[in-house]
Amino acid sequence: MIIKQLSVFLEDKSGRLTDLTKILAENDINITALSIADAADYGIIRMVVGRPELAVAVLKANGFSVNLTDVACFIIPNEPGGLYHALKILAENHINIDYMYAFATETTASVIIRSASIQEVIDVLQKNKLELLRASQIYQI
Amino acid sequence: MIWDKSIECASREQMREIQSQRLTKMLERVYTTVPFYRNKLKENGIEPGDIKSIDQLSYLPFTLKTDLRDNYPFGLFTVPQSDIVRLHASSGTSGKPTVVGYTRNDIDMWSEVVARSLTMAGITQNDMIQVAYGYGLFTGGLGLHYGAEKIGASVIPVSGGNTQKQLQLMVDFGSTVIACTPSYAAFLGERILKEKISPKDIKLKVGVFGAEPWTEEMRNQLQSLLGIKAYDIYGLSEIIGPGVSMECEHQCGNHIYEDHFIPEIIDPNTLEILPYGELGELVFTPVSKEAMPLLRYRTRDLTRLHSEQCDCGRTLVRMEKCLGRSDDMLIIRGVNVFPSQVESVLLELAETSPHYQLIVSRENNLDSLEIKVEIDEQFWSDEVKVLEALRARIKNNISSVLGISASIRLVEPSSIERSEGKAKRVIDNRK
Repeated sequence: MIIKQLSVFLEDKSGRLTDLTKILAENDINITALSIADAADYGIIRMVVGRPELAVAVLKANGFSVNLTDVACFIIPNEPGGLYHALKILAENHINIDYMYAFATETTASVIIRSASIQEVIDVLQKNKLELLRASQIYQI
Repeated sequence: MIWDKSIECASREQMREIQSQRLTKMLERVYTTVPFYRNKLKENGIEPGDIKSIDQLSYLPFTLKTDLRDNYPFGLFTVPQSDIVRLHASSGTSGKPTVVGYTRNDIDMWSEVVARSLTMAGITQNDMIQVAYGYGLFTGGLGLHYGAEKIGASVIPVSGGNTQKQLQLMVDFGSTVIACTPSYAAFLGERILKEKISPKDIKLKVGVFGAEPWTEEMRNQLQSLLGIKAYDIYGLSEIIGPGVSMECEHQCGNHIYEDHFIPEIIDPNTLEILPYGELGELVFTPVSKEAMPLLRYRTRDLTRLHSEQCDCGRTLVRMEKCLGRSDDMLIIRGVNVFPSQVESVLLELAETSPHYQLIVSRENNLDSLEIKVEIDEQFWSDEVKVLEALRARIKNNISSVLGISASIRLVEPSSIERSEGKAKRVIDNRK
Protein backbone atom coordinates (compact mmCIF):
# COMPACT_ATOMS: atom_id res chain seq x y z
CA MET A 1 0.00 0.00 0.00
CA ILE A 2 3.04 2.24 0.24
CA ILE A 3 3.40 4.45 -2.80
CA LYS A 4 6.75 5.77 -3.96
CA GLN A 5 6.45 9.50 -4.47
CA LEU A 6 9.08 11.50 -6.35
CA SER A 7 10.42 14.50 -4.44
CA VAL A 8 12.55 16.88 -6.47
CA PHE A 9 14.48 19.83 -5.06
CA LEU A 10 14.34 22.69 -7.52
CA GLU A 11 16.17 25.98 -7.34
CA ASP A 12 14.04 28.99 -8.06
CA LYS A 13 15.17 29.44 -11.66
CA SER A 14 12.83 29.99 -14.55
CA GLY A 15 12.46 27.01 -16.83
CA ARG A 16 13.51 24.45 -14.27
CA LEU A 17 10.05 22.90 -13.95
CA THR A 18 9.71 22.91 -17.73
CA ASP A 19 13.00 21.00 -18.02
CA LEU A 20 11.77 18.47 -15.51
CA THR A 21 8.44 17.80 -17.22
CA LYS A 22 10.16 17.63 -20.61
CA ILE A 23 12.42 14.82 -19.40
CA LEU A 24 9.43 12.90 -18.02
CA ALA A 25 7.53 13.41 -21.27
CA GLU A 26 10.46 12.24 -23.38
CA ASN A 27 10.66 9.09 -21.31
CA ASP A 28 6.95 8.46 -21.57
CA ILE A 29 6.36 8.84 -17.85
CA ASN A 30 2.90 10.01 -16.83
CA ILE A 31 2.29 12.31 -13.86
CA THR A 32 -0.75 11.26 -11.85
CA ALA A 33 -0.58 13.82 -9.07
CA LEU A 34 1.63 16.81 -8.38
CA SER A 35 2.07 19.39 -5.69
CA ILE A 36 4.69 22.07 -5.12
CA ALA A 37 5.93 23.26 -1.75
CA ASP A 38 7.61 26.60 -2.29
CA ALA A 39 10.10 28.35 -0.06
CA ALA A 40 11.74 31.71 -0.71
CA ASP A 41 14.35 30.62 -3.23
CA TYR A 42 13.64 26.98 -3.94
CA GLY A 43 10.74 24.60 -4.24
CA ILE A 44 10.07 20.94 -3.68
CA ILE A 45 8.04 19.20 -6.32
CA ARG A 46 6.20 16.13 -5.13
CA MET A 47 4.81 13.86 -7.80
CA VAL A 48 3.22 10.49 -8.14
CA VAL A 49 4.21 9.10 -11.53
CA GLY A 50 4.06 5.86 -13.43
CA ARG A 51 7.38 3.97 -13.23
CA PRO A 52 8.91 5.98 -10.36
CA GLU A 53 12.26 4.11 -10.41
CA LEU A 54 12.76 4.94 -14.06
CA ALA A 55 11.77 8.55 -13.37
CA VAL A 56 14.40 8.80 -10.63
CA ALA A 57 17.07 7.35 -12.90
CA VAL A 58 16.38 9.67 -15.83
CA LEU A 59 16.05 12.75 -13.64
CA LYS A 60 19.29 11.95 -11.80
CA ALA A 61 21.04 11.41 -15.10
CA ASN A 62 19.91 14.90 -16.08
CA GLY A 63 21.33 16.48 -12.95
CA PHE A 64 18.18 16.76 -10.85
CA SER A 65 18.24 16.22 -7.13
CA VAL A 66 15.53 13.65 -6.61
CA ASN A 67 14.55 11.20 -3.91
CA LEU A 68 11.71 8.74 -3.39
CA THR A 69 9.43 9.31 -0.41
CA ASP A 70 6.96 6.80 1.01
CA VAL A 71 3.37 8.08 0.92
CA ALA A 72 -0.07 6.55 0.99
CA CYS A 73 -3.18 7.31 -1.07
CA PHE A 74 -6.69 6.82 0.28
CA ILE A 75 -10.06 7.27 -1.35
CA ILE A 76 -12.90 9.29 0.07
CA PRO A 77 -16.31 10.14 -1.38
CA ASN A 78 -16.36 13.40 -3.32
CA GLU A 79 -18.86 15.07 -0.98
CA PRO A 80 -18.93 17.42 2.02
CA GLY A 81 -17.40 15.82 5.14
CA GLY A 82 -15.49 13.19 3.17
CA LEU A 83 -12.07 14.44 4.16
CA TYR A 84 -13.16 15.33 7.68
CA HIS A 85 -14.22 11.75 8.32
CA ALA A 86 -10.81 10.38 7.32
CA LEU A 87 -8.76 13.01 9.16
CA LYS A 88 -10.78 12.55 12.32
CA ILE A 89 -9.77 8.91 12.37
CA LEU A 90 -6.11 9.84 12.01
CA ALA A 91 -6.35 12.50 14.72
CA GLU A 92 -8.01 10.09 17.11
CA ASN A 93 -5.09 7.76 16.56
CA HIS A 94 -2.60 10.59 17.25
CA ILE A 95 -1.12 10.51 13.78
CA ASN A 96 0.78 13.57 12.71
CA ILE A 97 0.52 14.54 9.05
CA ASP A 98 3.55 16.10 7.39
CA TYR A 99 1.73 17.09 4.23
CA MET A 100 -1.01 15.99 1.91
CA TYR A 101 -2.54 16.87 -1.43
CA ALA A 102 -5.66 15.67 -3.14
CA PHE A 103 -7.45 15.44 -6.43
CA ALA A 104 -11.13 14.63 -7.16
CA THR A 105 -12.45 12.49 -9.97
CA GLU A 106 -16.24 12.46 -10.39
CA THR A 107 -17.66 10.61 -7.37
CA THR A 108 -14.51 10.06 -5.39
CA ALA A 109 -11.42 11.99 -4.35
CA SER A 110 -7.90 10.62 -3.84
CA VAL A 111 -5.77 11.98 -1.03
CA ILE A 112 -2.02 11.54 -0.95
CA ILE A 113 -0.65 11.69 2.54
CA ARG A 114 2.81 11.79 4.03
CA SER A 115 3.58 11.02 7.63
CA ALA A 116 6.74 9.91 9.39
CA SER A 117 4.79 6.77 10.41
CA ILE A 118 3.28 5.90 7.05
CA GLN A 119 2.68 2.23 7.81
CA GLU A 120 0.67 3.23 10.86
CA VAL A 121 -1.46 5.53 8.68
CA ILE A 122 -2.17 2.62 6.35
CA ASP A 123 -3.03 0.26 9.20
CA VAL A 124 -5.37 2.73 10.90
CA LEU A 125 -7.18 3.63 7.69
CA GLN A 126 -7.60 0.00 6.71
CA LYS A 127 -8.93 -0.90 10.12
CA ASN A 128 -11.51 1.83 9.69
CA LYS A 129 -12.56 0.52 6.28
CA LEU A 130 -11.20 3.34 4.19
CA GLU A 131 -10.18 2.36 0.69
CA LEU A 132 -6.50 2.65 -0.08
CA LEU A 133 -5.02 2.67 -3.53
CA ARG A 134 -2.26 0.28 -4.40
CA ALA A 135 0.82 1.60 -6.12
CA SER A 136 -0.09 -0.28 -9.28
CA GLN A 137 -3.54 1.33 -9.31
CA ILE A 138 -2.48 4.90 -8.81
CA TYR A 139 0.29 4.76 -11.37
CA GLN A 140 -2.38 3.85 -13.90
CA ILE A 141 -4.89 6.58 -13.10
CA MET B 1 60.54 8.20 7.35
CA ILE B 2 62.96 11.06 6.86
CA TRP B 3 64.56 11.74 3.48
CA ASP B 4 67.57 13.75 4.75
CA LYS B 5 68.12 13.46 8.49
CA SER B 6 71.25 15.62 8.45
CA ILE B 7 69.16 18.62 7.40
CA GLU B 8 65.66 17.85 8.64
CA CYS B 9 66.91 17.00 12.12
CA ALA B 10 69.85 19.40 12.24
CA SER B 11 70.45 21.34 15.44
CA ARG B 12 69.29 24.95 15.45
CA GLU B 13 72.94 26.09 15.43
CA GLN B 14 73.74 24.00 12.37
CA MET B 15 70.66 25.35 10.61
CA ARG B 16 71.56 28.97 11.40
CA GLU B 17 75.05 28.31 10.09
CA ILE B 18 73.72 26.98 6.77
CA GLN B 19 71.21 29.81 6.47
CA SER B 20 73.76 32.52 7.22
CA GLN B 21 76.27 31.18 4.71
CA ARG B 22 73.66 30.91 1.98
CA LEU B 23 72.19 34.33 2.73
CA THR B 24 75.57 36.03 2.43
CA LYS B 25 76.31 34.38 -0.89
CA MET B 26 72.85 35.08 -2.24
CA LEU B 27 73.06 38.78 -1.31
CA GLU B 28 76.36 39.08 -3.12
CA ARG B 29 74.75 37.59 -6.22
CA VAL B 30 71.60 39.70 -6.32
CA TYR B 31 73.62 42.84 -5.64
CA THR B 32 75.90 42.26 -8.59
CA THR B 33 73.34 40.89 -11.05
CA VAL B 34 69.93 42.44 -10.36
CA PRO B 35 69.72 46.24 -10.73
CA PHE B 36 66.39 46.29 -8.89
CA TYR B 37 67.93 44.79 -5.75
CA ARG B 38 71.19 46.74 -6.06
CA ASN B 39 69.20 49.98 -5.99
CA LYS B 40 67.01 48.80 -3.13
CA LEU B 41 69.98 47.71 -1.04
CA LYS B 42 71.80 50.96 -1.75
CA GLU B 43 68.73 52.93 -0.71
CA ASN B 44 68.87 51.04 2.58
CA GLY B 45 72.59 51.72 2.89
CA ILE B 46 73.54 48.06 2.66
CA GLU B 47 76.62 46.66 0.91
CA PRO B 48 76.80 42.89 0.39
CA GLY B 49 79.58 42.38 2.96
CA ASP B 50 77.51 44.05 5.68
CA ILE B 51 75.22 41.08 6.21
CA LYS B 52 77.00 38.16 7.84
CA SER B 53 74.26 36.25 9.59
CA ILE B 54 70.53 35.69 9.47
CA ASP B 55 70.23 37.82 12.62
CA GLN B 56 70.60 40.75 10.25
CA LEU B 57 67.80 39.59 7.95
CA SER B 58 65.54 42.34 9.26
CA TYR B 59 67.80 45.00 7.70
CA LEU B 60 66.94 43.76 4.24
CA PRO B 61 64.12 45.24 2.15
CA PHE B 62 60.93 43.33 1.40
CA THR B 63 59.88 42.10 -2.03
CA LEU B 64 56.24 42.33 -3.08
CA LYS B 65 54.28 40.57 -5.78
CA THR B 66 54.02 43.92 -7.55
CA ASP B 67 57.84 44.02 -7.74
CA LEU B 68 57.68 40.81 -9.77
CA ARG B 69 55.09 42.35 -12.08
CA ASP B 70 57.08 45.58 -12.43
CA ASN B 71 60.11 43.57 -13.49
CA TYR B 72 58.12 41.39 -15.89
CA PRO B 73 59.17 39.07 -17.34
CA PHE B 74 62.84 38.42 -16.48
CA GLY B 75 63.98 41.53 -14.58
CA LEU B 76 64.71 39.70 -11.32
CA PHE B 77 66.72 36.84 -12.87
CA THR B 78 70.31 36.60 -11.72
CA VAL B 79 71.51 34.34 -14.52
CA PRO B 80 71.62 34.66 -18.32
CA GLN B 81 68.86 32.98 -20.26
CA SER B 82 71.24 30.21 -21.31
CA ASP B 83 71.29 28.98 -17.71
CA ILE B 84 67.49 28.91 -17.39
CA VAL B 85 66.08 25.43 -18.00
CA ARG B 86 62.44 26.02 -17.03
CA LEU B 87 59.89 28.81 -16.78
CA HIS B 88 56.61 28.78 -14.89
CA ALA B 89 54.03 31.50 -14.57
CA SER B 90 51.03 32.03 -12.38
CA SER B 91 47.99 33.61 -13.88
CA GLY B 92 47.50 36.99 -12.36
CA THR B 93 43.86 37.75 -11.72
CA SER B 94 44.53 41.13 -13.25
CA GLY B 95 47.22 42.13 -15.69
CA LYS B 96 50.46 40.31 -16.33
CA PRO B 97 51.34 36.87 -15.01
CA THR B 98 54.02 36.38 -12.39
CA VAL B 99 56.97 34.68 -14.06
CA VAL B 100 59.53 32.48 -12.33
CA GLY B 101 62.66 30.84 -13.76
CA TYR B 102 64.72 27.83 -12.71
CA THR B 103 68.31 26.76 -13.37
CA ARG B 104 69.18 23.08 -13.45
CA ASN B 105 70.29 23.32 -9.81
CA ASP B 106 66.98 24.96 -8.92
CA ILE B 107 65.09 22.05 -10.45
CA ASP B 108 67.30 19.65 -8.47
CA MET B 109 66.65 21.55 -5.25
CA TRP B 110 62.92 21.59 -5.96
CA SER B 111 62.90 17.84 -6.63
CA GLU B 112 64.79 17.41 -3.37
CA VAL B 113 62.27 19.33 -1.25
CA VAL B 114 59.35 17.52 -2.87
CA ALA B 115 61.16 14.21 -2.25
CA ARG B 116 61.49 15.18 1.41
CA SER B 117 57.77 16.04 1.45
CA LEU B 118 56.57 12.81 -0.10
CA THR B 119 58.80 10.82 2.22
CA MET B 120 57.32 12.76 5.11
CA ALA B 121 53.90 11.43 4.07
CA GLY B 122 55.25 7.89 4.14
CA ILE B 123 55.41 7.58 0.34
CA THR B 124 58.11 5.30 -1.09
CA GLN B 125 59.27 3.75 -4.34
CA ASN B 126 56.57 1.13 -3.83
CA ASP B 127 53.84 3.69 -4.31
CA MET B 128 51.91 4.66 -7.41
CA ILE B 129 51.32 8.42 -7.44
CA GLN B 130 48.52 9.88 -9.49
CA VAL B 131 49.51 13.50 -10.09
CA ALA B 132 46.22 15.27 -10.76
CA TYR B 133 47.60 18.78 -10.40
CA GLY B 134 47.68 20.66 -13.67
CA TYR B 135 50.84 20.21 -15.73
CA GLY B 136 51.97 23.31 -17.53
CA LEU B 137 52.70 26.86 -16.46
CA PHE B 138 51.25 26.05 -13.03
CA THR B 139 53.95 24.62 -10.76
CA GLY B 140 51.77 21.93 -9.16
CA GLY B 141 52.00 19.13 -11.72
CA LEU B 142 55.66 19.24 -12.67
CA GLY B 143 56.72 20.06 -9.11
CA LEU B 144 55.13 16.92 -7.70
CA HIS B 145 56.25 14.92 -10.71
CA TYR B 146 59.99 15.50 -10.31
CA GLY B 147 59.92 14.87 -6.56
CA ALA B 148 57.93 11.66 -7.02
CA GLU B 149 60.41 10.42 -9.62
CA LYS B 150 63.27 11.30 -7.31
CA ILE B 151 62.01 8.98 -4.59
CA GLY B 152 61.50 6.31 -7.23
CA ALA B 153 57.72 6.11 -7.00
CA SER B 154 55.71 5.23 -10.11
CA VAL B 155 54.27 8.46 -11.43
CA ILE B 156 50.99 8.73 -13.35
CA PRO B 157 51.19 12.19 -14.94
CA VAL B 158 47.46 12.41 -15.58
CA SER B 159 47.35 16.19 -14.92
CA GLY B 160 44.16 17.97 -13.80
CA GLY B 161 40.64 17.35 -15.06
CA ASN B 162 39.16 14.52 -17.11
CA THR B 163 37.55 12.99 -14.07
CA GLN B 164 36.37 9.87 -15.87
CA LYS B 165 39.94 9.01 -16.83
CA GLN B 166 41.19 9.83 -13.33
CA LEU B 167 38.81 7.28 -11.83
CA GLN B 168 39.55 4.67 -14.45
CA LEU B 169 43.33 4.93 -13.90
CA MET B 170 42.87 5.05 -10.14
CA VAL B 171 41.06 1.72 -10.22
CA ASP B 172 42.93 -0.03 -13.07
CA PHE B 173 46.45 1.02 -12.06
CA GLY B 174 45.76 0.84 -8.34
CA SER B 175 47.04 4.32 -7.46
CA THR B 176 48.07 4.46 -3.81
CA VAL B 177 48.59 8.23 -3.69
CA ILE B 178 46.57 11.08 -5.16
CA ALA B 179 48.07 14.57 -5.43
CA CYS B 180 45.73 17.44 -6.34
CA THR B 181 43.91 20.43 -4.90
CA PRO B 182 41.65 19.60 -1.93
CA SER B 183 38.59 20.88 -3.80
CA TYR B 184 39.28 18.56 -6.72
CA ALA B 185 39.83 15.69 -4.27
CA ALA B 186 36.37 16.39 -2.83
CA PHE B 187 34.97 16.31 -6.35
CA LEU B 188 36.70 13.00 -7.10
CA GLY B 189 35.30 11.56 -3.87
CA GLU B 190 31.83 12.70 -4.84
CA ARG B 191 32.15 11.05 -8.25
CA ILE B 192 33.37 7.80 -6.71
CA LEU B 193 30.18 7.68 -4.64
CA LYS B 194 28.03 8.62 -7.59
CA GLU B 195 29.56 6.02 -9.90
CA LYS B 196 29.19 3.48 -7.10
CA ILE B 197 32.81 2.41 -7.33
CA SER B 198 33.42 -0.10 -4.56
CA PRO B 199 35.84 1.07 -1.86
CA LYS B 200 37.82 -2.16 -2.29
CA ASP B 201 38.61 -1.15 -5.88
CA ILE B 202 40.25 2.04 -4.62
CA LYS B 203 43.77 1.42 -3.34
CA LEU B 204 44.49 5.00 -2.24
CA LYS B 205 46.10 5.43 1.16
CA VAL B 206 47.60 8.91 1.01
CA GLY B 207 46.47 12.25 -0.40
CA VAL B 208 48.90 15.12 -0.97
CA PHE B 209 46.78 18.24 -1.19
CA GLY B 210 47.72 21.86 -1.65
CA ALA B 211 47.58 25.01 -3.80
CA GLU B 212 44.59 26.39 -1.90
CA PRO B 213 43.82 26.88 1.79
CA TRP B 214 41.75 24.12 3.39
CA THR B 215 40.46 23.34 6.83
CA GLU B 216 40.66 20.53 9.38
CA GLU B 217 37.01 19.74 8.67
CA MET B 218 37.83 19.36 4.99
CA ARG B 219 40.67 17.04 5.98
CA ASN B 220 38.28 14.83 7.96
CA GLN B 221 35.84 14.77 5.10
CA LEU B 222 38.49 13.85 2.51
CA GLN B 223 40.01 11.22 4.78
CA SER B 224 36.71 9.42 5.25
CA LEU B 225 35.50 9.98 1.69
CA LEU B 226 38.62 8.55 0.07
CA GLY B 227 39.84 6.27 2.86
CA ILE B 228 43.20 8.02 3.02
CA LYS B 229 45.41 10.05 5.29
CA ALA B 230 45.36 13.59 3.90
CA TYR B 231 48.56 15.67 4.00
CA ASP B 232 48.96 19.36 3.35
CA ILE B 233 51.74 20.42 1.00
CA TYR B 234 52.41 24.13 0.87
CA GLY B 235 54.21 26.23 -1.64
CA LEU B 236 54.05 29.14 -3.98
CA SER B 237 55.66 29.57 -7.35
CA GLU B 238 57.53 32.76 -6.36
CA ILE B 239 59.48 30.73 -3.79
CA ILE B 240 59.78 27.42 -5.71
CA GLY B 241 56.32 25.84 -6.12
CA PRO B 242 54.87 23.04 -3.99
CA GLY B 243 57.37 21.74 -1.45
CA VAL B 244 58.14 24.86 0.58
CA SER B 245 56.68 23.04 3.57
CA MET B 246 54.88 19.80 4.30
CA GLU B 247 53.01 18.02 7.06
CA CYS B 248 54.38 14.92 8.75
CA GLU B 249 52.26 12.06 10.13
CA HIS B 250 51.55 14.04 13.30
CA GLN B 251 49.68 16.65 11.24
CA CYS B 252 50.66 19.45 13.58
CA GLY B 253 51.68 22.08 11.09
CA ASN B 254 53.88 22.07 8.01
CA HIS B 255 57.63 21.65 8.40
CA ILE B 256 59.39 24.41 6.46
CA TYR B 257 62.59 23.51 4.62
CA GLU B 258 64.47 26.31 6.26
CA ASP B 259 67.81 25.44 4.72
CA HIS B 260 66.34 26.74 1.45
CA PHE B 261 63.49 29.02 2.50
CA ILE B 262 64.02 31.19 5.56
CA PRO B 263 60.65 32.01 7.14
CA GLU B 264 59.60 35.07 9.10
CA ILE B 265 56.23 36.27 10.39
CA ILE B 266 55.57 39.99 10.23
CA ASP B 267 52.81 42.32 11.20
CA PRO B 268 51.46 43.26 7.75
CA ASN B 269 50.76 46.82 8.90
CA THR B 270 53.85 47.78 10.88
CA LEU B 271 56.17 45.29 9.06
CA GLU B 272 57.68 44.41 12.45
CA ILE B 273 58.88 40.83 12.92
CA LEU B 274 56.58 38.91 15.24
CA PRO B 275 57.72 36.21 17.68
CA TYR B 276 56.92 32.50 17.25
CA GLY B 277 53.29 31.71 17.96
CA GLU B 278 51.86 35.02 16.79
CA LEU B 279 49.60 35.39 13.80
CA GLY B 280 50.94 37.45 10.94
CA GLU B 281 52.02 37.47 7.32
CA LEU B 282 54.44 34.80 6.22
CA VAL B 283 57.65 36.04 4.58
CA PHE B 284 60.22 33.86 2.82
CA THR B 285 63.79 34.40 1.70
CA PRO B 286 64.68 31.56 -0.69
CA VAL B 287 68.41 31.63 -0.07
CA SER B 288 69.60 28.80 -2.30
CA LYS B 289 67.59 29.65 -5.39
CA GLU B 290 69.87 30.49 -8.31
CA ALA B 291 67.70 31.86 -11.10
CA MET B 292 65.47 34.10 -9.06
CA PRO B 293 66.29 34.46 -5.38
CA LEU B 294 64.07 36.98 -3.61
CA LEU B 295 64.70 39.05 -0.52
CA ARG B 296 62.03 38.71 2.14
CA TYR B 297 59.17 37.91 -0.19
CA ARG B 298 55.80 38.76 1.34
CA THR B 299 53.51 35.81 0.63
CA ARG B 300 50.30 37.49 1.89
CA ASP B 301 49.54 34.18 3.61
CA LEU B 302 48.48 34.56 7.22
CA THR B 303 49.70 31.97 9.71
CA ARG B 304 51.80 31.30 12.81
CA LEU B 305 55.22 29.67 13.20
CA HIS B 306 56.15 27.21 15.92
CA SER B 307 59.66 26.22 16.87
CA GLU B 308 59.18 23.35 19.33
CA GLN B 309 60.61 20.09 18.07
CA CYS B 310 58.03 17.79 16.52
CA ASP B 311 57.44 14.22 17.71
CA CYS B 312 58.58 13.02 14.30
CA GLY B 313 62.11 14.08 15.24
CA ARG B 314 62.40 16.96 12.78
CA THR B 315 63.77 20.22 14.11
CA LEU B 316 62.42 22.29 11.23
CA VAL B 317 60.17 25.20 12.16
CA ARG B 318 56.48 24.46 11.58
CA MET B 319 53.82 26.72 10.12
CA GLU B 320 50.14 26.34 10.92
CA LYS B 321 47.68 25.71 8.15
CA CYS B 322 47.15 29.03 6.43
CA LEU B 323 43.96 30.77 7.38
CA GLY B 324 43.97 32.10 3.88
CA ARG B 325 45.89 34.41 1.65
CA SER B 326 45.42 38.02 2.60
CA ASP B 327 44.25 38.58 -1.00
CA ASP B 328 41.49 36.01 -0.38
CA MET B 329 40.38 37.87 2.68
CA LEU B 330 37.16 39.74 2.16
CA ILE B 331 36.27 42.77 4.15
CA ILE B 332 32.52 42.74 4.54
CA ARG B 333 30.95 45.50 6.57
CA GLY B 334 34.38 46.06 8.07
CA VAL B 335 34.80 42.46 9.20
CA ASN B 336 37.56 40.22 7.88
CA VAL B 337 36.12 37.09 6.33
CA PHE B 338 38.00 34.11 4.92
CA PRO B 339 36.23 31.59 2.68
CA SER B 340 37.92 28.86 4.74
CA GLN B 341 35.87 29.90 7.79
CA VAL B 342 32.68 29.28 5.85
CA GLU B 343 34.02 25.91 4.77
CA SER B 344 34.66 24.82 8.34
CA VAL B 345 31.10 25.75 9.37
CA LEU B 346 29.57 23.85 6.46
CA LEU B 347 31.61 20.74 7.01
CA GLU B 348 30.62 20.56 10.64
CA LEU B 349 27.05 20.04 9.47
CA ALA B 350 26.51 16.63 7.96
CA GLU B 351 23.77 17.83 5.61
CA THR B 352 25.95 20.11 3.53
CA SER B 353 28.83 19.41 1.20
CA PRO B 354 32.12 21.30 0.88
CA HIS B 355 30.82 22.96 -2.26
CA TYR B 356 29.91 26.55 -1.62
CA GLN B 357 30.30 30.01 -3.01
CA LEU B 358 30.34 33.43 -1.39
CA ILE B 359 28.67 36.24 -3.26
CA VAL B 360 29.38 39.70 -1.99
CA SER B 361 27.37 42.65 -3.24
CA ARG B 362 26.74 46.21 -2.25
CA GLU B 363 23.23 47.56 -2.05
CA ASN B 364 22.53 51.07 -0.84
CA ASN B 365 26.18 51.40 0.24
CA LEU B 366 25.84 48.37 2.48
CA ASP B 367 27.76 45.15 1.90
CA SER B 368 25.73 42.00 1.74
CA LEU B 369 26.96 38.44 1.82
CA GLU B 370 25.09 35.58 0.28
CA ILE B 371 26.38 32.05 0.66
CA LYS B 372 25.28 29.44 -1.81
CA VAL B 373 25.32 26.05 -0.19
CA GLU B 374 24.79 22.76 -1.93
CA ILE B 375 22.72 20.40 0.12
CA ASP B 376 23.93 16.86 0.28
CA GLU B 377 21.72 14.57 -1.78
CA GLN B 378 21.74 11.87 0.87
CA PHE B 379 20.40 14.17 3.52
CA TRP B 380 17.91 16.48 1.97
CA SER B 381 14.35 16.18 3.04
CA ASP B 382 11.25 16.82 0.96
CA GLU B 383 9.79 18.84 3.78
CA VAL B 384 10.22 22.59 3.69
CA LYS B 385 10.32 22.85 7.47
CA VAL B 386 13.33 20.52 7.65
CA LEU B 387 15.20 22.44 4.97
CA GLU B 388 14.31 25.75 6.58
CA ALA B 389 15.59 24.49 9.92
CA LEU B 390 18.84 23.54 8.19
CA ARG B 391 19.06 26.96 6.61
CA ALA B 392 18.55 28.59 10.01
CA ARG B 393 21.23 26.41 11.55
CA ILE B 394 23.75 27.32 8.84
CA LYS B 395 22.87 30.99 9.22
CA ASN B 396 23.36 30.85 12.98
CA ASN B 397 26.67 29.04 12.83
CA ILE B 398 27.95 31.35 10.10
CA SER B 399 27.10 34.46 12.03
CA SER B 400 28.68 33.15 15.22
CA VAL B 401 31.92 32.23 13.40
CA LEU B 402 32.18 35.18 11.03
CA GLY B 403 30.66 37.81 13.25
CA ILE B 404 28.42 39.06 10.45
CA SER B 405 25.15 37.74 9.15
CA ALA B 406 24.79 36.21 5.74
CA SER B 407 21.84 35.10 3.71
CA ILE B 408 21.95 31.42 2.94
CA ARG B 409 20.76 30.10 -0.38
CA LEU B 410 20.25 26.35 -0.62
CA VAL B 411 21.05 25.13 -4.10
CA GLU B 412 20.82 21.84 -5.94
CA PRO B 413 23.63 19.33 -5.51
CA SER B 414 26.35 19.71 -8.17
CA SER B 415 24.97 23.08 -9.27
CA ILE B 416 28.00 25.11 -8.21
CA GLU B 417 30.59 24.98 -10.94
CA ARG B 418 33.31 22.41 -10.21
CA SER B 419 36.87 23.39 -10.74
CA GLU B 420 39.56 21.00 -11.81
CA GLY B 421 42.19 23.19 -10.25
CA LYS B 422 41.69 25.88 -7.67
CA ALA B 423 38.08 26.34 -6.65
CA LYS B 424 36.36 29.64 -7.29
CA ARG B 425 34.93 30.35 -3.87
CA VAL B 426 34.16 34.04 -4.07
CA ILE B 427 32.27 36.30 -6.42
CA ASP B 428 32.74 39.87 -5.35
CA ASN B 429 30.32 42.12 -7.22
CA ARG B 430 31.46 45.24 -5.40
CA LYS B 431 34.44 45.82 -7.66
